[in-house]
Amino acid sequence: MNNIEKVKRLIIDKPLKLDCGQTISNFPLAYETYGKLNDKKDNAILAFHALSGDQFVSGINPITNKEGWWNYLIGPGKAIDTEKYFVICANVIGGCMGSYGPSNINPKTNKNFGTEFPVITINDMVNAQYHLLEFFKIKKLFSVLGGSMGGMQVLQFVSNFPDKSETAIPIACTASHSAQNIALNELGRQSIMADHNWSKGFYEENKKSPDKGLAVARMAAHITYLSKKGLEEKFGRKLQERDDLNFSFDADFQIESYLRYQGSVFVDRFDANSYLYITRAMDYFDLTKQFNGNLSKAFEKSDTKFFIISFTSDWLYPTSENREIVIALNSIGKNVGFAEITSDKGHDSFLLDVPDFLNTIKNFLNTSYNKLNEKRI
Amino acid sequence: MKKEFNIIAKLVEKNSKVLDVGCGDGELMKYINENITNDIRGLEISKSNVQKCIERGLTVIEGDAEKDLKQFPKSSFDYVILGQTLQAFLNPENVITELLRVGKKAIVTIPNFGYWKVRLHLLFKGTMPITKNLPNEWYNTPNLHMCTIKDFVNYCNKKNIKINSQNLSYKNLFSQLGIFLIEK
Repeated sequence: MNNIEKVKRLIIDKPLKLDCGQTISNFPLAYETYGKLNDKKDNAILAFHALSGDQFVSGINPITNKEGWWNYLIGPGKAIDTEKYFVICANVIGGCMGSYGPSNINPKTNKNFGTEFPVITINDMVNAQYHLLEFFKIKKLFSVLGGSMGGMQVLQFVSNFPDKSETAIPIACTASHSAQNIALNELGRQSIMADHNWSKGFYEENKKSPDKGLAVARMAAHITYLSKKGLEEKFGRKLQERDDLNFSFDADFQIESYLRYQGSVFVDRFDANSYLYITRAMDYFDLTKQFNGNLSKAFEKSDTKFFIISFTSDWLYPTSENREIVIALNSIGKNVGFAEITSDKGHDSFLLDVPDFLNTIKNFLNTSYNKLNEKRI
Repeated sequence: MKKEFNIIAKLVEKNSKVLDVGCGDGELMKYINENITNDIRGLEISKSNVQKCIERGLTVIEGDAEKDLKQFPKSSFDYVILGQTLQAFLNPENVITELLRVGKKAIVTIPNFGYWKVRLHLLFKGTMPITKNLPNEWYNTPNLHMCTIKDFVNYCNKKNIKINSQNLSYKNLFSQLGIFLIEK
């Protein structure tokens, strides 16, 4: 991860009280922007990334030299057209793409924080990113959107700042992290911690990182982003560059080879401790509980217009959990649209070229933006 | 545009809050949205229709009226519209009750089984009637609970639902479609 020093950073000097009780201040928030903020400052969209994402939603990620993770959705002429909208995305705190996280130096010890970094929550992430509005002098965002953990941040953002976004698009997410998802995250964390190189989180001093543990965590997680049907269609029982079984534990099957590859490239761009911290934040997310079991209360003060999207083959954040958000909003008469998009690509659908999904966002945003401007005239 | 849309739209007050249940491809919603009120949204079960509504820039919630009306609070809409789908529900009575709970008023349209052509079809041909409003065969029709205008009015009277029922026998014979504004 060279060039990491070159990413744009906002230093947040105001103290931020975290849910765990600690207060942090003078910490960096790495961000990137796309398009131009117009004179009226009414075209800004804040995108939130998921577990393994970063601030580079579009174009080429300068750190990895790969395409931005939301390239299908965001960019010039895309569904979210950056010739029209100004898109901001920040690396979450706890992350490893330039924002304040466990690989930062702890001033008390002059070593990396490691597991001495405070446990952060979705609420903390959102509160940190709120400073971007002040930085860009944006009174009200046009939209906040995100998928998976990004969707959780959308819900938390509207709840914390009920009058700070005209529209909100939570995608393939939940208001309350399920036992199944906590279990899957725990599997990933235990795999990292079981790697000897992890050294209770202080691996950077040893210059040996827990790559194997992190790769296995990623492999396990990657399966959960796909669907059985998608796997069957893409891989089936196809063999990897061989005509017959090898009677060994090599990657005989294409799916094995694919997962090993996904694991190996992930460790080049992601920090194992960040993986622990961010998955923990997801597990702790329970907006319903924050409002004593009544999710509607989270949105009571807001006039934000919602559109919620789920995918048919997403078993990680199934339609039923997304629908609970729709029900919470409808039951207090809020403005909400909802669509379950047909896709065999599982939870990952929100990152892929799924035309109905892309069109849904495009039409919702453009119509909302036009209506807003009609009102002003 | 279907000609009944104009009649339905006229029943809706300007700038009122409207829910179109079973909004289909959003044609009626779009008309009302452009001419009567922009506070309108739809509930639609078919994915392809949901996409058509979204393409038209309409607010739509994908869902099933029989299950999903219950999430809306009492009197949360000025008007709830149900266009020609009442007869296709498993339990139309529940749906009517829900329409009148969620909406202060409801606009319901039904294909009239008492229309003279329908009556003659059954009388002379002895087979299930097929008309413009009832285009399917008995074995593939989505319509489970066909009724006549008179049936619907009788039902409303029995349940103390306010309904306009002038010239009932005449209308029951000569209308292909019944359009009703009802309220509790």
